[in-house]
Amino acid sequence: MKALSVKNGACVALIDIPLLSYDDFYAEIVEALSDINLHCVNYFAYPQSDSLRLYACLADDAQGDIHILSCEVKKEAQLPAISAKVHAMERFERELNENHGLRFLDHPWMKPVRYAHDRADKTQVMDNYPFYSIKGENLHEVGVGPIHAGIIEPGHFRFICDGEKVLHLEIHLGYQHRDVEKLMLQKDKLIQRSLLAESTAGDTAVGHGTAFAMLWESLCGVEVSKRTQLERTLAAEIERIAIHTGDLSALCGDVAYQLGNAVFGRLRTPIINFMQEWCGNRLGKGCIRPGHSPYVFTPALADRLQVVLQAYERDYLEMIAKTLTMPSVLARFERTGVLSREQAVEIGAVGMAARASELARDIRSSHPYLAYPLLHHESITRRHGDVYSRTQIRRYEIVQSMTYARQLAQQLKNMPLEDNARPEMKPQANCFSIMLTEGWRGEICHCAITDAEGKLACYKIKDPSFHNWMALALAVRGNEISDFPICNKSFNLSYCGHDL
Amino acid sequence: MLSLLLILIAACFFDGIIIRTKSICAGRKGPGILQPIYDVWRLWHKASVYSPTCGWVFRWAPIVYCASVLAAISVIPFGQQPALFSFDGDFVFFAYILALGKLFSILGALDTGSSFEGMGASREALFSMLAEPAFFLIIGSVALLTGHTSFHDIFAHLHLGDPVSYALATLAAFILLMVAMIENSRLPIDDPKTHLELTMIHEVMILDNSGFDLGLILSSGYLKFAMYTALIVNFFVGGLGLEWGIPLFFSIQFAAAVIIGVVESFMARLRMNHNPQFIFALTSIALMVIFGVLLLSGQLS
Repeated sequence: MKALSVKNGACVALIDIPLLSYDDFYAEIVEALSDINLHCVNYFAYPQSDSLRLYACLADDAQGDIHILSCEVKKEAQLPAISAKVHAMERFERELNENHGLRFLDHPWMKPVRYAHDRADKTQVMDNYPFYSIKGENLHEVGVGPIHAGIIEPGHFRFICDGEKVLHLEIHLGYQHRDVEKLMLQKDKLIQRSLLAESTAGDTAVGHGTAFAMLWESLCGVEVSKRTQLERTLAAEIERIAIHTGDLSALCGDVAYQLGNAVFGRLRTPIINFMQEWCGNRLGKGCIRPGHSPYVFTPALADRLQVVLQAYERDYLEMIAKTLTMPSVLARFERTGVLSREQAVEIGAVGMAARASELARDIRSSHPYLAYPLLHHESITRRHGDVYSRTQIRRYEIVQSMTYARQLAQQLKNMPLEDNARPEMKPQANCFSIMLTEGWRGEICHCAITDAEGKLACYKIKDPSFHNWMALALAVRGNEISDFPICNKSFNLSYCGHDL
Repeated sequence: MLSLLLILIAACFFDGIIIRTKSICAGRKGPGILQPIYDVWRLWHKASVYSPTCGWVFRWAPIVYCASVLAAISVIPFGQQPALFSFDGDFVFFAYILALGKLFSILGALDTGSSFEGMGASREALFSMLAEPAFFLIIGSVALLTGHTSFHDIFAHLHLGDPVSYALATLAAFILLMVAMIENSRLPIDDPKTHLELTMIHEVMILDNSGFDLGLILSSGYLKFAMYTALIVNFFVGGLGLEWGIPLFFSIQFAAAVIIGVVESFMARLRMNHNPQFIFALTSIALMVIFGVLLLSGQLS
């Protein structure tokens, strides 16, 4: 393959990345992605003075490599679409079209992604979003949002229903767009960039924060201590426990199972309160910073975590066993919102949602980083791809994360505290760096390119929601519209993570 | 007159007790018993807001709905005490005056033009239509047993003697409680607590109602609960004097509210397409009651 193969978190000189013609680039990607072990983790454009440099990063889950290849195309060029052959690429190409005006000739469904502020075609506005429509006497359309009845974020859902049955769901996003990627370049203080990264998706502060921190360290050639690595891993696992528990609560709430809703809601609180004790923020904001560890995980905190987890575990195990053996709950979860393995592969689903459909995509085991090589993580998968499978993934991942958190806390307790000096951090010039982390929702990919002076010239973020919104749209087909909320909650995707 | 008064009093506490039971089951303190009434009182002092797309049906629907419930209550007796008015066949009047109120609330929902409310209206129409046979089978069987066709005559002549008739009355009470839960959009058919428009039935129909209108709709819901439970009380109150009858009335009202609260705490709601099965099951239990009555009265040999 004409590509540069690197490991997760590598920093390479721009010049080392093979520059292909678009035809070769196209052929290489189509061929590579025919292998089920490979999927595209990022595909974006780095604008040059009069052309665009396209970078594609393909992760090989079997080998643990990331293949990077590039090509140069003219602005506004007309190109054959990779997504005509590989459907998983469709949203990347739509994004390229929206942001840079590249025209893809045989793209299956070209439409806006998120209405970026600096989009190429300013005539594309939210008011005339090209919704798909079906004509029929007995069909009706239901539009939900963007103002949401609950407390979650804005997004518009357009259902086409035959009675109660959903034939088609179209998800129109972009309301949360803040231009994080541009702000990353404009704000030149490290603290500003760290804050931006962890605010990319508010519920994945540790996941995105870690991706940025490690990316920056890799650009600067700095290596953090073993202790800091363990702390970051621990924070990620605590975040996973907390959010999964909150999701279980919400899933119970959506089927009106009050006991589960109340108990899981209560169980989440001590976990996030522990994060507050550790780093002063319940969502773990501020916990991860490039180059050092601002909040030391002291032996006292380690003891405290063991106590918190012990109290949590007892109630959690009882409640989850009760919930998932209750016939009325199972009747709602089983065979609802099925995402088949074929569909998951076709759309390039990642993370928890993919694992529930027997597609074991997990950066912690395929491209291990931080302390995951030591933990020998084995990802949990389920076969059916329904709401029940996604609930079970959460059920067992919480147990797994508790084991990891205990191990890590014990190791940290036995490690000497260290001088927490911040190293000098200066990015290398003309470099490309990529970092993948596994947030609770799935794989997070951050890529950065520096210019000749070592300044950040391009920054690209990809949240797992970028792929998985399509999974939700497919999963609700053929279901009853009244089951949409539990399907949605079982994926629990991020609006702002997608909209950036 | 007495029954109307008792039902009004019971209605003030009914929803509060359900909410309190649910709170206690969830390990929470919960609001005061009278909170729903405070809320209704607050709403009654607010003006309603109307969307420019809706017409007179939407404005009148809450009033007709509330009036229909009050009219239905007025034919319910209390043991030997007569109802406000009574005539032969008034149980048919009872069922269809409620249906008229429901018709108006459905039309009002359709009048808003919202796709949510249309969905809710279609569900509400379907499920209350399915619940109708169960109600008529139960009242029909007691009419058959006593040979009368007005609520007052039926209950004045209903004397439960042997254990079999108590068993049948208990079954009838169960069915009426379930019908009350369906009619009031509670679990397992509907979830009154949800914020998810797509899963709602009754709640989604009243999304556009506000202020005074919303207060009317909510208070009619509380009245309906107390009304159905008053029917249940009538199965058991029989020839009891007022000194026993009134405590029994409030005990049964209290018990019904607690049962509903407990059911809502410890089970999930049904999937929408399983609702008809659940309601048909009620109808089949009602058929058992009517066969039991036929056997008792010797008309089936």
